[in-house]
Amino acid sequence: MNTPELRIRDLTMTHGRRPAVHHLSFALKPGAMMAVVGPNGAGKSSLLRAIAGLHAPSEGRIEGLSPGCIALLPQQSALDRAFPLSCRDAVLFGLWGESGAFRATPRPERVEGALDAVGLHGFGRRPVGSLSAGQFQRLLFARLLLQDAPVILLDEPFNALDARTSADLLAVMRRWHGEGRSILAVLHDIDLVRREFPETLLLAREGIACGPTEVALSAENRLRARMMSEAWAEQAEICDQAAA
Amino acid sequence: MIWDTFLAPFAEFGFLRRALVGCLALSLSAPPLGVFLMLRRMSLTGDVLAHGILPGVALGFVLAGLWMPALAFGGLVAGLIVALGSGALARATGGREDAALAGLYLTALAAGVTLISWRGSAVELTQLLFGSVLGVDDAALLLMGGAATATLLFLAFAWRPLILECFDPSFAKAVGVRGSVWHLGLLALVVVNLVAAFQAVGSLMAVGLMMLPAIAARHWARDVGGMIAAAVALALVATLIGLLASYHADLPSGPAIVLTAAGFWLISLVVGPVDGLIARYRPRPHLDG
Repeated sequence: MNTPELRIRDLTMTHGRRPAVHHLSFALKPGAMMAVVGPNGAGKSSLLRAIAGLHAPSEGRIEGLSPGCIALLPQQSALDRAFPLSCRDAVLFGLWGESGAFRATPRPERVEGALDAVGLHGFGRRPVGSLSAGQFQRLLFARLLLQDAPVILLDEPFNALDARTSADLLAVMRRWHGEGRSILAVLHDIDLVRREFPETLLLAREGIACGPTEVALSAENRLRARMMSEAWAEQAEICDQAAA
Repeated sequence: MIWDTFLAPFAEFGFLRRALVGCLALSLSAPPLGVFLMLRRMSLTGDVLAHGILPGVALGFVLAGLWMPALAFGGLVAGLIVALGSGALARATGGREDAALAGLYLTALAAGVTLISWRGSAVELTQLLFGSVLGVDDAALLLMGGAATATLLFLAFAWRPLILECFDPSFAKAVGVRGSVWHLGLLALVVVNLVAAFQAVGSLMAVGLMMLPAIAARHWARDVGGMIAAAVALALVATLIGLLASYHADLPSGPAIVLTAAGFWLISLVVGPVDGLIARYRPRPHLDG
């Protein structure tokens, strides 16, 4: 697997003038498995969306990207789960890079393989609207499998899942890691992060710490992250930190 | 009996033949657009755009009288302004698109009716709003056929991007689908279909042929392809029955077609296998595990 190194340099993302991510720099080494941890509103999803190319950063840049090198698992609320689509067709979109809007999909039987691999054997003809939250998450993982991207971004992949579904999808994630892909996952379960992720980025709009999980999640760092004010500072000055 | 009821009207009257062929063509193209609007939760947008073309049609009427090309061109320009303008206005002012649409279509309707009343009679106003099959000449027929052809070609190309954009817009953007381009194409073709239909069924009724079969089709299929097939089938039959009813009972053609489609919708609502009232509330035995 030819996995690129991603270098986030001085990244700032804003909603209006309020920063969601503020002058953040870190690197995602090839084959890294990194958790993104931080309080609500810390800019975790914004960071993932910036790397996936969904939102343009207002300052800074992301180096090392090439077309098709990123696959993103979105939060389920971003999708129309009632859309009249069969599971098979929903997963088939994972091959968009090969088929595009018009071409026939080479070897469409890969869809069945991906459904089997996430424990959705025989679900091909079921409408996506009939799936439970856990089954729908499995479906999105099947689409990621077909995308076959070297860098995989996961936004809260195990939220509201039962133990068995989490375990199955964790196994899929470990397999990706074993294949040399880079993984960057937003997570809230600190125990899970300590167990599974060698590296962690602790984010509270600004990067608090980035490195080996035990160091990044030290009591001192976590306290600093918790101090991040949920409210916007009404009297904040204009930031004059120069863009790199 | 069969001859008298179903065939004689079309054999005897050329305008009725033209209206039939034109409306059948639009029955192939408008309902699929309606299905996509419904899936994007924009079922009312067709209605807004139908009102939006009115001031353009009215301006064409004031300048050129009941001359088809002027009416169609005016309607097309006004409809496109409303379709593209509402989105741009909402983005530029930080407002909501539905608010911008509501503002634009009320303005458009009032302006259109005022313009027509200024220079025309009540008969002409009724004809422009609700259509008259008598008015379907060769130019109108060509417009209807052209609109249907363009729409079907567009849908053949836009099929996958439109579905992906509805289902998962972020994913669509991430893989490089330019969702807004396909979306604007869809809205532009909605306008084109409404303009093409207004001669035969009227500018306010044209949207009925687009949306009623589409929302009825939701009760007959669980996938987009099946919904579109059902919507087209319903629209074709509603067109035929509506035109015949309009001829035999001396009703205006637009409302006759739309009422027939509405009847199909009510039937679908009750007996349709997908979320129909009977399917929903009849107690059924469940499977064992």
